[in-house]
Amino acid sequence: MNELRAIYTIWRREGIRYIRDKARIFSTLLQPLMFLVIFGAGLGGTLNQGNFGIDFMKFMYPGIIAMNVMGIAFFSTVSTVWDREFGFLKEILVAPISRTSIVIGKILGAVTVASTQAWLLLVLAPFMGISLHIFIVVKLFLFMVLLAFAISGMGLFIASRMKTTESFGIIMQVLIFPMFFLSGAFFPLTNVPLWMTILSRFNPLTYGVDAMRQIILNGLPAELAQKLFLYPIEINILALSAFSVFMVLIATLAFNKRN
Amino acid sequence: MDYNIIEVKNLTKKFGQLTAVDNISFVVSKGEIFGFLGPNGAGKSTTISMLAALLKPDSGQAAINGFDVNKERNQVRKSIGLVFQDSSLDDKLTAEENLYFHADLYGVDKKVFRERLPEVLRLVDLWDRRGHIVKTFSGGMKRRLEIARGLIHYPKVMFLDEPTIGLDPQTRFNIWEYILKLKKEKDMTIFMTTHYLNEAEYCDRIAIIDQGKIVALDTPANLKKMVGGDIITMAAANLEKLRREIENKFGLAAKIQDDKLKLEVSDGDKFLPKLFNELEEKIESVELRKPTLDDVFLNLTGKKIREEDASAKDLMRQRMAMRH
Repeated sequence: MNELRAIYTIWRREGIRYIRDKARIFSTLLQPLMFLVIFGAGLGGTLNQGNFGIDFMKFMYPGIIAMNVMGIAFFSTVSTVWDREFGFLKEILVAPISRTSIVIGKILGAVTVASTQAWLLLVLAPFMGISLHIFIVVKLFLFMVLLAFAISGMGLFIASRMKTTESFGIIMQVLIFPMFFLSGAFFPLTNVPLWMTILSRFNPLTYGVDAMRQIILNGLPAELAQKLFLYPIEINILALSAFSVFMVLIATLAFNKRN
Repeated sequence: MDYNIIEVKNLTKKFGQLTAVDNISFVVSKGEIFGFLGPNGAGKSTTISMLAALLKPDSGQAAINGFDVNKERNQVRKSIGLVFQDSSLDDKLTAEENLYFHADLYGVDKKVFRERLPEVLRLVDLWDRRGHIVKTFSGGMKRRLEIARGLIHYPKVMFLDEPTIGLDPQTRFNIWEYILKLKKEKDMTIFMTTHYLNEAEYCDRIAIIDQGKIVALDTPANLKKMVGGDIITMAAANLEKLRREIENKFGLAAKIQDDKLKLEVSDGDKFLPKLFNELEEKIESVELRKPTLDDVFLNLTGKKIREEDASAKDLMRQRMAMRH
């Protein structure tokens, strides 16, 4: 009971801090819009002349949502490094609660922030000629949460080993761009060299992008779907769940060991 | 009934080659203000970390409120309040939110929290600022808020690690007023570390710690008695001649230090007139002072306690301890 309350408290603090940080909300919202507008306008013009089969912005949109979930989930876990730097982590560590509760609270906080903010991007759907109904939104949410779990587990694993925000930032940059580009968010992974296919399979974002794309662009002709979609949705659920469990597990172990 | 609320036996902690805490033993009884006095790197914070179950001792035992720090960690943590050397507040939250967070982590009932909130915030004069974001607080206010936060779960022992470090003299004085109020009003046991000698005087008992070992443990008054009396410092044109004259006439061994003659006597006020009457050698100036804890420390360890005088070895110890 006490542990549940501790998890809730740590989760709530992450939420309060997020809501108070207007600059963070604004910048994490701006980034996906920039990707969408710049890549959409730049690449879209060229690609739409060929036989890509679908408006490029429409193609990219689900991937941008997944990227946004990932970016925010990852970035949210920096709070653990901040807490260490500013001393607040000591206040948490000296409390009569288990280390595992701290990890769960932190991860739930990142998951909540990431999956909530990604909802804001759904507002754009009508402008791209995509109609969303409640069923789609619920399915999307499931994948937002799964993806957020996997990524925030990974983030916390790294954060629990980092002493300064700078070093965390560097690791994050080094990881996040390859993960973006190897996820299929910008181009379909159905027609790429083998090495890229192999690498993409170790990238949790791949499964998130693929699943969200299938959910948002449902009802495509079979021929086009074959060109754009990778795995059956069940495989995506399975892979993401496996990643989530694994990442949360190693994060818990690392945090327990470090502290 | 007074009982031992802290019991420490043969506690040892090593960081690699360095023995940060070296086989220390002591007890603290309930309601006492117990001070750990020593230079930076002496092992004070390491000891607190072990007593707060944050750091595992290599050997020895310690119990807080009857709970073993190795086996009953959560019970130990519930029994203590901790104020760290550096701020450990969330400065994006308000004062009240910081306390609320703490109460939640320590399982304090919401209703009980509502009752205690005004009580602890008023104790440190921060009730009016409860809704303010901590970022806007001064260093002294933050320290006071941390003290209030440490009290929210009604700990049996309050640990204060250098509670006044980095604060100006006025604020330091105020913090001490709150600490003494705490002892008086709550009958709280307080375990504190400091390297300010004048602050150690507030303690009921002091353990002097140097290079991980306790070199003396007593009340401030008794410790000062160890020095052997009042200290007379004299300046004169011919110190050596003066020294010999004093030795011959009074049978006292005086020392020449820093171009001054130093002399320890049991009853300085009465001794001075006698000295002036009988001395032939001319004295330029004279100073009489009661022994301070600085003298005690100097006597026991052969060095001064202040930071600027810390030896290279002490600094190395401090740096090594900080890495852990």
